[in-house]
Amino acid sequence: MGGWAIAVHGGAGVDPNLPQQRQEEAKQLLTRCLNLGISAFRSNLPAIDVVELVVRELETDPLFNSGRGSALTAKGTVEMEASIMDGCGRRCGAVSGVTTVKNPVSLARLVMERSPHSYLAFSGAEEFARQQGVEVVDNEYFITEENVGMLKLAKEANTIVFDYRIPALGLETCSAVVESPIQMNGLPISVYAPETVGCVVVDSKGRCAAATSTGGLMNKMTGRIGDSPLIGAGTYACNLCGVSCTGEGEAIIRGTLAREVAAVMEYKGLGLQEAVDFVVKERLDEGKAGLIAVSSKGEVACGFNTTGMFRGFATEDGFMEVGIWD
Amino acid sequence: MGWAIALHGGAGDIAPEIPPERRQPREAALRHCLQIGVDALKAKKSPLDVVELVVRELENNPNFNAGKGSVLTTEGTVEMEACIMDGKTKKCGAVSGLTTVVNAISLARVVMEKTPHIYLAFDGAEKFAREQGLETVDPSHFITPANIEGLKQFKEANRVQIDYAQPVEKDVKKETPTGDGDSQIGTVGCVAVDNDGNLAAATSTGGFVNKMVGRIGDTPIIGAGTYANNLCAVSATGRGEAVMRGTVARDVAALMEFKGLSLKDAAACVVEERVPRDNVGLVAVSAKGEVTMPFNTTGMYRASATEDGYAEFGIWPSVEKWVL
Repeated sequence: MGGWAIAVHGGAGVDPNLPQQRQEEAKQLLTRCLNLGISAFRSNLPAIDVVELVVRELETDPLFNSGRGSALTAKGTVEMEASIMDGCGRRCGAVSGVTTVKNPVSLARLVMERSPHSYLAFSGAEEFARQQGVEVVDNEYFITEENVGMLKLAKEANTIVFDYRIPALGLETCSAVVESPIQMNGLPISVYAPETVGCVVVDSKGRCAAATSTGGLMNKMTGRIGDSPLIGAGTYACNLCGVSCTGEGEAIIRGTLAREVAAVMEYKGLGLQEAVDFVVKERLDEGKAGLIAVSSKGEVACGFNTTGMFRGFATEDGFMEVGIWD
Repeated sequence: MGWAIALHGGAGDIAPEIPPERRQPREAALRHCLQIGVDALKAKKSPLDVVELVVRELENNPNFNAGKGSVLTTEGTVEMEACIMDGKTKKCGAVSGLTTVVNAISLARVVMEKTPHIYLAFDGAEKFAREQGLETVDPSHFITPANIEGLKQFKEANRVQIDYAQPVEKDVKKETPTGDGDSQIGTVGCVAVDNDGNLAAATSTGGFVNKMVGRIGDTPIIGAGTYANNLCAVSATGRGEAVMRGTVARDVAALMEFKGLSLKDAAACVVEERVPRDNVGLVAVSAKGEVTMPFNTTGMYRASATEDGYAEFGIWPSVEKWVL
């Protein structure tokens, strides 16, 4: 046991009809992130640096729902949130309502390290970003054509839910509007954007860290905050483990999911995978979510009760795997 | 078994020399709010209704750091946040960054009951409040002369610290007491349980004096400042950053659940061992009707009552029995 380990995710709740090409692209991105993490370990970077740089990569790539490629609000804009936690001392930082900052996870880290607070949001977060000189861009930078299309579908799906007189639309674009009974957060799985990216890491000194970043729920109300920036819900790290969650925000918040994994390890003495299994099985009720975790001993684990979760793992002994389905 | 209710008006460095004209209105307010809560429980209102009702009263009272009387941001404005949780269903609602909504706790409840979301903040929350017809007023309504003075004093006291260009230390930094013994940290909160063991918790605050605009504290974070499940209901107060990284409210419940600790022991463990000194206080009730109100600060404004007729009030470690 021991040694470094890294896990990454690109969200839980994947359309079973996702085109093969998209699945390949996702796996490639996850692999790239794992390799970035592995190089960082070889350069002896501490856990907190590794999670930040991996999540930056996930934010910058438009594939998943964070940074560029974020899901859109009901107004068609992007509002991003992120949190980061250092298992050493349980320092934490979080941001919400970020609209121009290229890498929200890095802003969250600055909140942790350069402000007297742990969580900044909306105009206050943007103001702090400027004071700190982080890279800012127009909100349009984050918006992809694909998500503009998805937003339209989401709005239509909501209309369908409320007005059954509207015939099921033949949708000209992408994947799936196969009649799928699978729903998450009230949206058909074909339209639902798996809600986050995240990374958890333990370095060779046994220090754990976790970070999560997202654009949030497709078609969300402006001002809606999900689980990703909430310490204890979407993100948690302590001296035992690091955890990042994804899925239905409400379920994750009510279940204080990330903290729960650590709490059962600490208070019930469960091992990492046992703790993850327990939490996914017992703490989600009807909610759908997934999570990745690492322990200070160098173990990795994941659990999800959704259809699929984009994820990848690597450990110092050479183990490496990326996956989407069960 | 039996119902129980506990409420707080903030934990902090409450100096023993606090003048009577500062202490008495708060004591009277706590008594009044406790009575309201007790009457509601006796009238068989749900704990969720009870905690909302009590916190609304505390928000409306200008002597506490919530609603009217909230401490000011570094720009002299008020930004309020609140959170409510129903232990039976674990449904919850939270709001942050409110500037015109008279009762933040009520907006949190509406978010919980009328949206598919849990947490709304800033402009989005304000807009939603108007759509739902909640009472809103000019932001100046919430600002009191005491808090204008409080901000001024805090800035003056801290100018010295900033000059030494020390890196920001979050948990060691003690709050600077103002001359009249007022604490700059704190919140209001209420927890309640009915005869059937249904629990609820609610917390509301203006946050931390001189806070950066946009700063969110522990209050609206489920598991940090507020939590309720089928075992207990908890509302925490104190230094937000410490409550957040200590996931204080959730930890009380977790210790009860996973280690079988009693309410009292679980709460004491969290306050004494899991957060730094001078940082945190909380009130909690259990499904069995027990009450505990531990704190590791100089004082915490608090009051509680149980169905057997016992009621108490305290600011510092000693308590005073009340007859309601």
